[in-house]
Amino acid sequence: MSDALIVLKNIGKRYTRGKQQVRIFDHLDMAIPRQDFVAMMGPSGSGKTTLLNLLGGIDKPSEGEIAFEGKRMDDLSEGKLAAFRAANVGFVFQFYNLMPMLTAAQNVELPLLLTKLGPKARRERVQTALTIVNLADRARHKPSELSGGQQQRVAIARAIVSDPKLLLCDEPTGDLDRETADEILGMLQTLNRDLGKTIVMVTHDPEAARFAKRTLHLDKGHFVEKDLNA
Amino acid sequence: MTFLQLIRKNLFRKKLRTALTIFAIFIAFLIFGVLATFQNGMNAGVDLAGADRLIVTNKINFTQPMPIAYVSRVAAVPGIARVAHASWFGGYYQEPKNFLVSFAIDPASYLDIYSEYVVAPAQREAFLRDRGGVLVGKVVADTYGFKVGDRIPLKSSIWRQKNGSDTWDFTVSGIVTPREARVDTNFVMFHYEYFKETRDVGGDTIGWMIVKTANTKDNERIIKTIDTQFANSPFETETKTEQAFNKAFIEQMGDLGFIILAVVGSAFVTILLIVGNTMMLTVRERTNEIAVLKTIGFTGERIFALIIGESLLLAVIGGLLGVGLAWLISFGMAQAMSSFGPMTFSLNTALTSFVLIATLGVLTGFVPAYRAMKLDVVTALGRK
Repeated sequence: MSDALIVLKNIGKRYTRGKQQVRIFDHLDMAIPRQDFVAMMGPSGSGKTTLLNLLGGIDKPSEGEIAFEGKRMDDLSEGKLAAFRAANVGFVFQFYNLMPMLTAAQNVELPLLLTKLGPKARRERVQTALTIVNLADRARHKPSELSGGQQQRVAIARAIVSDPKLLLCDEPTGDLDRETADEILGMLQTLNRDLGKTIVMVTHDPEAARFAKRTLHLDKGHFVEKDLNA
Repeated sequence: MTFLQLIRKNLFRKKLRTALTIFAIFIAFLIFGVLATFQNGMNAGVDLAGADRLIVTNKINFTQPMPIAYVSRVAAVPGIARVAHASWFGGYYQEPKNFLVSFAIDPASYLDIYSEYVVAPAQREAFLRDRGGVLVGKVVADTYGFKVGDRIPLKSSIWRQKNGSDTWDFTVSGIVTPREARVDTNFVMFHYEYFKETRDVGGDTIGWMIVKTANTKDNERIIKTIDTQFANSPFETETKTEQAFNKAFIEQMGDLGFIILAVVGSAFVTILLIVGNTMMLTVRERTNEIAVLKTIGFTGERIFALIIGESLLLAVIGGLLGVGLAWLISFGMAQAMSSFGPMTFSLNTALTSFVLIATLGVLTGFVPAYRAMKLDVVTALGRK
């Protein structure tokens, strides 16, 4: 547990939908070690995305504690949580969520606008990130000029450009064909193996989950760990 | 990329919509600039009116005469530094459509009081010496090409000479230039003595008096003293400060200030609604993108600044284009509408425009920016 990047203790999470209170988690505990690559699976409504939101600091638990590198983050203000996300977390979404009016390079540069890096250092970082995802030659292309797989690679470059420790991927291959999906998953595997990124990936696809080191199955707010390679 | 570039790219992502919105703002500021220039021209007389100058007219109205004997009686009132008088001629050059603001004056005192009219010393001397001389304002001289020494016939739509002619011949003694651009020089003036001796009716009467007071603090007392002095006489007087007189004169046409305010106000309320609605729509369309920006670490305050920046940039582009064109048009107005007064695009108009641009930008962006700032990422991304 001491080498855990992020630890969740006794987490409870409730939402109010209309007049109903919906309980997602109750007394949930979890630890994600550094450089782990976790696939999270489970039926719809099992709490996968909510858990991803909590890990990424875009949602707060109703009860319990979340610590990132030993520091509590569940009690941070909105502003400090935003700074936390900018420094420590990269997000990859199912539908890429790129800004259509910006080029690939400008999309990748967005998180760096929140840093103190100068224009030259930012350009170098963007170039590096795009090279890692094999898209350096598409830097000036807009999202509409790129394929789905290329757009997702731009999204991955945007997620890693500020060198975060944690990557959170929500169905990153859900909108891609098998071949492209495998290419993206291979890239995530490389980021985990070679660059030491800790990755938590939500997926419905068992084939995608095979790229992770381990898979957690969530059901009604509880999960079981299952080693697919065992 | 900088934040300003990000704002610019956001603004121009839907080019047609942005162009139409900018055009609407452009039109509003063009209307404002042109009307403000017109109002400046109309108000120049009021703004430039000397605080130490009073106008004495017949109480019935200012077209009615009063005896010239009043001049010396007014001059005797304590606290008065100088008195001049003038009489309306109602002149035109060659044809009635070439209307000229023209009046007969008591030359020396009139020129002493109106120090904003600049006449070269030699020309002034020539005018004072020549009873048949006329001083021509620069605007009139430029319009008709009058030069010093020219003989010009002026016709009157009111008066006749004793010989039955409606035309007086004058020699241009000098050209009156303005001490500052806002001073109106659209007039001609000549000797009262020459006018009085040659006209068929009117006798020893004048149109109005201009009184220069030694101390403005005495204005109220002097006004009262003058009007009391002539109360219950056949020619009762009404004395006002020059500013009040000029203002009342302009308002004969209606409350120009209110009319302009109403037109400009309507234009701006419409623009506020159009731009505000466009910004609301724009931000609503981008809910998902705003949520993504927040997810990757943009704070609510930064999102607020981005959207306010966008509405400000929109207002600045449209506003400056409109104000810029109005400024260019003001030069044309100064030429074409000189008879209404000196049309100038003043510094005050420019500053007011900048304040309006900033207000428009902030007001139209505030609500969508606030909503974006408060946007719940989880809800916006449908991530529950």
